[in-house]
Amino acid sequence: MRGLRAAHEGMFVMRRIICFMACAALSACATESGKSTAAPAKAATPPPAEVAPAAELYPSTYHVPSSAPTLIQHATVLTGTGARLEDADVLIVDGRIQSVGPNLTAPPQAHIIEGRGRWVTPGLIDVHSHLGAYPSPAVEANADGNELTSPSTANVWAEHSVWPQDPGFRTALAGGITTLQILPGSGNLFGGRSVVLKNVPSVTYQGMKFPGAPQGLKMACGENPKRVYGEKHQFPSTRMGNVAGYRAQWVEAKEYLREQQEYQKKLAAGDKDAKPPKRDLRLDTLAAVLKGDILVHMHCYRADEMATILDMSKEFGYHVTAFHHAVEAYKIADLLAENGVCAAMWADWWGFKMEAYDGIPENIAFVDAAPGGCAIVHSDSEEGIQRLNQEAGKAIAYGRRAGLDIPPERAIRWLTSNPAKALGLLERTGTLEPGKMGDLVVWNGSPFSVYALADYVLIDGAVRYDRSNPAVAPQSDFLLGQPAVDGVYP
Amino acid sequence: MSARNSLPAIVLALFPLTVAAAASSTVLIRNATVHTLGTPAVLEHTDLLIENGRIAGWGHDLKAPADAETIDAGGKPVTPGLFGGLGHLGLEEIGLEPSADDYALRLGSMRPEFDVTPAFNPQSIVLGVSRLGGITFAVLAPSSGPGHSGGAGGTIIAGQGSVAQLDGTVVPKVRALFIDVGGDANALSGGSRAAQFMLLQQAISEVHSPKELLPNDQRLLTPAGRRALQSFLDGAGPVVFDVDRASDIREVIAFANREKLHAVIKGATEAWRVAPELAAAHIPVILNPLDDLPESFDSVGATLENAARLNRAGVKIAFSLDAAQPHNMRKVRQTAGIAVAHGLPWEVALAALTRNPAEIFGVTAGHGSLERGRPADLVLWSGDPLEVTSLAERVFIAGHEQSMQSRQTLLRDRYLAKLRANAAR
Repeated sequence: MRGLRAAHEGMFVMRRIICFMACAALSACATESGKSTAAPAKAATPPPAEVAPAAELYPSTYHVPSSAPTLIQHATVLTGTGARLEDADVLIVDGRIQSVGPNLTAPPQAHIIEGRGRWVTPGLIDVHSHLGAYPSPAVEANADGNELTSPSTANVWAEHSVWPQDPGFRTALAGGITTLQILPGSGNLFGGRSVVLKNVPSVTYQGMKFPGAPQGLKMACGENPKRVYGEKHQFPSTRMGNVAGYRAQWVEAKEYLREQQEYQKKLAAGDKDAKPPKRDLRLDTLAAVLKGDILVHMHCYRADEMATILDMSKEFGYHVTAFHHAVEAYKIADLLAENGVCAAMWADWWGFKMEAYDGIPENIAFVDAAPGGCAIVHSDSEEGIQRLNQEAGKAIAYGRRAGLDIPPERAIRWLTSNPAKALGLLERTGTLEPGKMGDLVVWNGSPFSVYALADYVLIDGAVRYDRSNPAVAPQSDFLLGQPAVDGVYP
Repeated sequence: MSARNSLPAIVLALFPLTVAAAASSTVLIRNATVHTLGTPAVLEHTDLLIENGRIAGWGHDLKAPADAETIDAGGKPVTPGLFGGLGHLGLEEIGLEPSADDYALRLGSMRPEFDVTPAFNPQSIVLGVSRLGGITFAVLAPSSGPGHSGGAGGTIIAGQGSVAQLDGTVVPKVRALFIDVGGDANALSGGSRAAQFMLLQQAISEVHSPKELLPNDQRLLTPAGRRALQSFLDGAGPVVFDVDRASDIREVIAFANREKLHAVIKGATEAWRVAPELAAAHIPVILNPLDDLPESFDSVGATLENAARLNRAGVKIAFSLDAAQPHNMRKVRQTAGIAVAHGLPWEVALAALTRNPAEIFGVTAGHGSLERGRPADLVLWSGDPLEVTSLAERVFIAGHEQSMQSRQTLLRDRYLAKLRANAAR
């Protein structure tokens, strides 16, 4: 292999902010300035009656399978909340975490997992993947990640490119990935909507779709959009062109939103002749961002560009949920923390293009060290997603060398609770707190080791991967009859 | 959060960036676990003395010379310097910028005489970054590829490269030839992999029978190209075939046997399927242990057990990332650890980063193992050298201790100071 696509650097996703939980603050950001603050912006601007909410379109058909209660005993447990428990048990009942602590009692018929010598963590979450959209094999017929025909393709939805038979879903599962966000690529200023998936086998993507998860909007800074369109002698071809391009779209979106609001007002006033504004799929997405329903995930490498984007988000009244790739986040760790923006980063990848020249392996540790900082380890790669835990291990080591001592119980948040927060899902997954989804990984030792392997991966309480029993995680249809299946050939 | 606010002070050592090697100094490393990759394989609780640039001796309770710096290793491992794999070290300062990239010849004609070595830039900041990862030597490998914007491209013969030390020097008189085979190279051979062997065969017949040549305009090689190819047919160095599919590897084995080449297989995603044939032909394999997905139809047999299975069959293996882009070559150490997690013995994984690549490329005089009297090319590690949480603490190349500073550590220190100042605010 010649490594032509080791990572898909350049895809961004923006997430939406549906308000299961921590979204109140974000909704506030999305309220149009100068408008009434008495009522939440969302309530004041329901979508036109003929437009169904995104959550009801292409709906999830994933159902939590019934599973026996599972009790993991005597393990080292990293809860994802910052705690580390030794010789602790984890009990999952009806697909949810029921309790975590010492000497729990096994319910009848419970599946017991011996935890001595093992570590338990929440299921890992990757906020930046292109599995299914840039699947294996990476043949041209399957390259569905980047709609490079217009700098604004906010109308496209990544889920409509996802091929559920990508063998990479299974290898990611073996690496402990239970939830992942699939983003459009980064060739455009506005790449399109993302989708959050449960990492379960399915013939349809709807069968993987995380029920009720907010969508994201992928946006991109810097070299990629200006290169893609500059080479075609089209707009934008410069960074200033990029910013002008975003701003023009937001201006349109604001006007679109205003027309929708006018229409709703007329309807409310009993105007039977009121005509809805012409439907526009692109502006639907951008208006949903302005309303706080879609989370913004923005591919941005350079510190100065991230600062520009933060100013632009204030100009138009939306919130950037996370900067992805963020190789210079360490230069502005405090600014990001003050603005409540997460940075999704690689441990050590750098130099593959000019805007990645200043990458340092202490990036994650520095973002984590800023008071209120939100550091996330992401992959953007079908290889990297298989071992986010080891990426965190590297970041711990480099942080330690710089004098930042980061214990495992803190570092695990980069792969669990922080990405859950960035996906608007922290109330439902990302930690081992009672009531949350039974998404967890049982490791053969410390997950921050090069020798770490997932022994079991549970999603909603169901064992989806068992290292000792390959049949638990079926291979993709694509691999049937192919010589790839581990252990089939000597 | 208060604990997070108390960032420690950091020493802002201001060495000039360009000074990679300090003067040759006398250093006594006490109480190390020395992995010699020779005999004996491991020396526990051993003192190792470096004097006049050479490993002057090892043993217990060595006497420190008067001018020696003594390092207490506390049992930590010392290994030979690691191999950074095959790629564009010093040939690609930054991706996507043609003026900073020198790794590919795009003249549209087959030029085995193309040697990428003169383009090597010892000032590349990638060297310093990689040295801090414990890498001390790497292969400079040119790449083939289609032309930019429809212009002339390369051919399946990418050209020649050599072995660089990460102190910025090139090992003299060591050359390798690089050839692409398989579906990835179809665009370089008129659309069919079958033509790749046809073209190679024609090139060789031009070498063997210059007097029966086709008219000039149908020849593949220049006179210099014929001489260059002749030298590799005469055993001047290894011929590295970048190839993944099992059936293509079989064709390469047959071709190499026929032409008596010192063939090396690189990439080799499906090599495990032809492991016995590779072992019988004594052809070593350079692979990335992380390749476990069917990236193309040439690699549907990809598996994390490739390294372990090849080793069980008796094939000599070495590791290299897939990407020729050099910036993250330090990651090769992690790939070795992952191979261990998937069945490769730890000692073999370390050999695949040290002794084996030194043997494959003919640089065992300076690299790949530790021997008394030899120039010091070694690394003292904070822990298990294959572990992601371990870092290199001291690095010696060709007898000289290397600065542990890189452009990345300078950036780190500049912004750590800023972070501390903000935290104290």
